[in-house]
Amino acid sequence: MELVQLLFIFTLAAFLGYQLISKIPSQLHTPLMSGSNAISGITIVAAILALQADLAQDDLVRWIGFAALVLASINVVGGYVVTDRMLEMFKKKENKKE
Amino acid sequence: MNPPLLQLLGQTETFGGEIGINLAYVASAVLFILGIRMLGSANSARKGNQLSSLGMLVAVAATLVNQGLDYQWIAIGIGVGALIGLVAAKKVKMTSMPEMVALFNGFGGLASLLVAAYGFLNPDSESGGSEQFQALVIFLAVAIGAITFTGSMVAYLKLAGKISGKATLFPLQKFLNALVLLAIVGFGIILVANLPQIGEIEIDPLQAFAWLVGLTLLLGILGVLPIGGGDMPVVIALLNSFSGLAASAAGFVIQNNVLIVAGCLVGASGLILTVIMCKAMNRTLGNVLFGGFGATGSSASGEVEGEMKPVSVEDAYYVLESAASVVFIPGYGMAVAQAQHAVKELGEILEANGCEVAHAIHPVAGRMPGHMNVLLAEADVPYEQLREMDDVNPTIATVDVAVVIGANDVVNPAALEDEGSPIYGMPIINAHEARNVFCLKRGQGKGFSGLVNRLFYRENVRMLYGDAKETITALVAQFKD
Repeated sequence: MELVQLLFIFTLAAFLGYQLISKIPSQLHTPLMSGSNAISGITIVAAILALQADLAQDDLVRWIGFAALVLASINVVGGYVVTDRMLEMFKKKENKKE
Repeated sequence: MNPPLLQLLGQTETFGGEIGINLAYVASAVLFILGIRMLGSANSARKGNQLSSLGMLVAVAATLVNQGLDYQWIAIGIGVGALIGLVAAKKVKMTSMPEMVALFNGFGGLASLLVAAYGFLNPDSESGGSEQFQALVIFLAVAIGAITFTGSMVAYLKLAGKISGKATLFPLQKFLNALVLLAIVGFGIILVANLPQIGEIEIDPLQAFAWLVGLTLLLGILGVLPIGGGDMPVVIALLNSFSGLAASAAGFVIQNNVLIVAGCLVGASGLILTVIMCKAMNRTLGNVLFGGFGATGSSASGEVEGEMKPVSVEDAYYVLESAASVVFIPGYGMAVAQAQHAVKELGEILEANGCEVAHAIHPVAGRMPGHMNVLLAEADVPYEQLREMDDVNPTIATVDVAVVIGANDVVNPAALEDEGSPIYGMPIINAHEARNVFCLKRGQGKGFSGLVNRLFYRENVRMLYGDAKETITALVAQFKD
């Protein structure tokens, strides 16, 4: 893919991200952080692609990819679950209020 | 998930496998965007998080469609990681949330660093782009990933109390940091320009890469060491942003759009939080990162008039019992003492007593953005009682009792009146304006920043010494008698 194209996408995403969260209530700062942290675990895609079947003979590279996959998976699963746990607590109160 | 089946689907896809995968990536990017947007509002936040996790699932499933993957290793890797992540996420206490987020940030950074290392060692894995560009993005992914990793680990150790949470300063620190940074840039240039030699010295690219990794890891440690615990909300938010940027850089390395977009979204959201935190302390990011705040104690604490006046639990009870309005102002001390449940109980009793109860939360109270909100939510404090600083300050003069629980700098009037104070100009909760103030404090020592808190010496302020949880439980017991 063209370098310019990638930069184009990056720049648009940066502006989009900034606009998306222009006004967040401070109550939600922690879940927002852990939730977005889970999204940064998107590296999991790169780690999966790194584990090519024909590449297995080179041990070091394979272990690097494997380690990246484990770490990214921790990040993804842990991040989403803990965020859900937190938001559930916030939710509980909302219901009580009704 | 049945990989061979997915593989088949990928092949028989009308558009052809690759286009199908990319379309799925578009879908997952859309889900991330919607998810983050919904995370910004209390009513939709949980659904937003679920949408974003669905986006992740779509991205992973689409990736598995690719040909020639080693599914066995992938299954093991995801299985191990998912299990660790699940157990950690289920077991962690809400008071330890800052440590948890720091750890996860670090893992994300390390994963991106490893992906970049993979790209370096295995340059033919993905084609396209010039060699220089490839080297440049690998350099960026390594640098950001490594700084995120070790920086987060130091932040974790500080938050968990495994090393001193205070700012660690030593002579020539800034000089050393600058030197390391310079060396990193140097190795970056060597790698990007692919210099065969400098002068007489021949350069082995692999060795240069190893040096780059080592030095960037070192910079992460050196960068976070001089930052004190009170500034942790800024650091965590910034590292959060970095973990996204590292993923984005890794996306450039493997030329993958979904990594670039998702990483960049996280980078932007983390940056916004960072800016909010800095504003809440009236400091620039540069000052937080390089100021070494809190290590030197106070240069300008000056003489404080008056003395700290203790009060007994019993006397405090009589005042609270007749109060018509009470505002709790929690700080990190509440988290340390695990006092949130006791606070909630006291709040309920006060309400039953006909008193109006609110919790005033400063944006940087605690060790991460929103820390106090999470704790009080865990304890089931009603949502409408959680009030922001700007919401409470205009009416605080009419409040009968302000109860400061383990908060310090965020209620220090020096921020308003002492121009020489390091925290001068920081917006605070004006607890001193309340008719009566009780400060719950472990001992007579200074707070985290090492600053004298002028609040404690005010005429309308009484100190309740001791463990915050025990003190509040004792107050609750008084009410029940």
